[in-house]
Amino acid sequence: MAAHMDRIVLPGDKISDLKESETSKKVVLGPGLRTETEDVYACKPGVLKFKEPNVYWIDTHQKRYVPVKGEHVIGIVTQKAGDIFRVDIGGSDQASLSYLSFEGSTKRNRPDVKVGDIVYSRLLVANKDMEPEVVCIDSHGRSSGMGVIRSGGFLFKTSLNLVRKMCNPQCVLMKSLGNKFPFEVMVGMNGRIWVKGRTNKETVALANAVCAAEHMTNPQIKAMCHRLADALAGFE
Amino acid sequence: MRDVPISNCEREFLLAIIAEKKRVDGRQPTDLRQVKIQFGSNFGSCEVSFGKTRVLATVSSEVAAPKQRRPNEGILFVNVELSPMGHPSFEQGRQTEESVELNRLMERCLKESRCVDLESLCIVVGEKVWTVRVDVTVVNQDGNMLDCASIAAIAALAHFKRPDVTVKGQEITIHTSDERDPIPLSIHHMPLCVTFAFFHQGKFLLIDPQEREERVTEGKMVIGMNKHREICMLQVTGQMLLHQDKVKQCTKMAFVKVVEMTELIQEALANDKTARSKGEKCGFAMSSEKEINTTVSPAKLVEDVSKTDLPMSSDSDSGSEQEMVEAGPQERPVGDSPKVVGKGVAIIGSAAVKKWEEEEERVKGDKKGKKKKEASVKEASVKGQQSRPQASAYF
Repeated sequence: MAAHMDRIVLPGDKISDLKESETSKKVVLGPGLRTETEDVYACKPGVLKFKEPNVYWIDTHQKRYVPVKGEHVIGIVTQKAGDIFRVDIGGSDQASLSYLSFEGSTKRNRPDVKVGDIVYSRLLVANKDMEPEVVCIDSHGRSSGMGVIRSGGFLFKTSLNLVRKMCNPQCVLMKSLGNKFPFEVMVGMNGRIWVKGRTNKETVALANAVCAAEHMTNPQIKAMCHRLADALAGFE
Repeated sequence: MRDVPISNCEREFLLAIIAEKKRVDGRQPTDLRQVKIQFGSNFGSCEVSFGKTRVLATVSSEVAAPKQRRPNEGILFVNVELSPMGHPSFEQGRQTEESVELNRLMERCLKESRCVDLESLCIVVGEKVWTVRVDVTVVNQDGNMLDCASIAAIAALAHFKRPDVTVKGQEITIHTSDERDPIPLSIHHMPLCVTFAFFHQGKFLLIDPQEREERVTEGKMVIGMNKHREICMLQVTGQMLLHQDKVKQCTKMAFVKVVEMTELIQEALANDKTARSKGEKCGFAMSSEKEINTTVSPAKLVEDVSKTDLPMSSDSDSGSEQEMVEAGPQERPVGDSPKVVGKGVAIIGSAAVKKWEEEEERVKGDKKGKKKKEASVKEASVKGQQSRPQASAYF
């Protein structure tokens, strides 16, 4: 299906000759595609993507987050309401976070969460009819990296496609930055990224490097990281 | 939609680096972001962007009856609209505190400074005058809407041309642009706003704050000024006390910025004029930047768009790295002088060169007076370019 790969489509474009699965004779339509009567139409502008055997979706430049079950997101605690915290995850609705869904928390031993804290969490419920719910533990009751982050660093917002690009194993951004200097990073699928370098200056540089990488190709990213390391070294 | 909350993490980090005299986008405390002025294909439409903040101003005119108290003066009407696509917290048709403040400040800046000659807009005394309407729309909000809007409004007014009118006895004729050339408005001076944001009990100040910096600020001061050093407006908001010296220091800094921006507006106007007289294409479409989205399989996408023979695999072309970087979006105009990029466009990019450490020098320059300051700024920027020619525009 080379004809479909990476074609730019606009809302209203009819998409024909979709490749069906050989066994079930079905096609899986992802975000940005919808069926109208018998035909498939694009409803977002972007690049049409295809994955074997029969999955289609459109990759768009988008900033609004639509919660998806199982995704890791960075939320900001906006309210403490009894047993649950209200967390802003950038979606249309605030998510709820129970005080029991932290590692090692019990009714007696409550987690220390304040309004304005950032939490790295995972979406447990993401449904168009219900309020989203996030948790900070995995199915074994372990934190596995999630929880309240209160160790400095900087949080910033980017577009969703940049986050997806960063998480793509083919993307060299994290690797080439990591080759130059050590840092901590936390990437939420809701477009929020938290970084922490050794110094504030490095943190700023990292944040800018990530933002600048949005419209770059892999070789450009590599060159940019090179120059960034040079520039940072040149400061001292 | 409700506003996106700001986390403690962001707040603490922003305040910490401001105390170190740094900013998240690599600017100096007294630097502007990249200012870009574009004119539309119609007379009187102008779009100004300060980094990611974008404001569109459109000027229109119609004939109406004058006000009773001023029968021989035309009417200037200013309206600021916060478009819902500008920010998640903006809503259609609802007056918020923010929009009322912005409207009022723009009115004070443009109407009460009497920058437009209203008497020349009179057609028949007491009966017919021109009503000039300035509609300012915030297309994207990333902080400092007021400075952006004030430039957009005054540049649009300077760009605008009204139809010519002849009066013969009782008969009034409004000529179309084919019959007679339209007439520009007479602008006496260009009042521009400069916003200062204060932090840590007024100890640190920033010019041209971003949205996130605006959120953690203690208070803001807006100075409306023209290039003749006349203050047209001054307002302080927020909970803070300001020392008299600080206000004086700010007016000095505002003056430098106002001169810089007035120059830029004139440059852009002249640029647009020459493009039009030569009959070249002008308008927003001619001057918009193109960004390439490179989400997955980036090399291929570039190839699709540019129709050139770039290597398919991203790993194999380490030789052409330098070339590609040059074409990439990270290259910005460098230095403090206005740069002419395209038709009807001028860009100023003081944020382009990284010069954090030279801030002390600039502040000292402020106190010694304007001329010395400008000299030191130029020196600083020249130094910045020489010592770090390889430093990328962002860092």
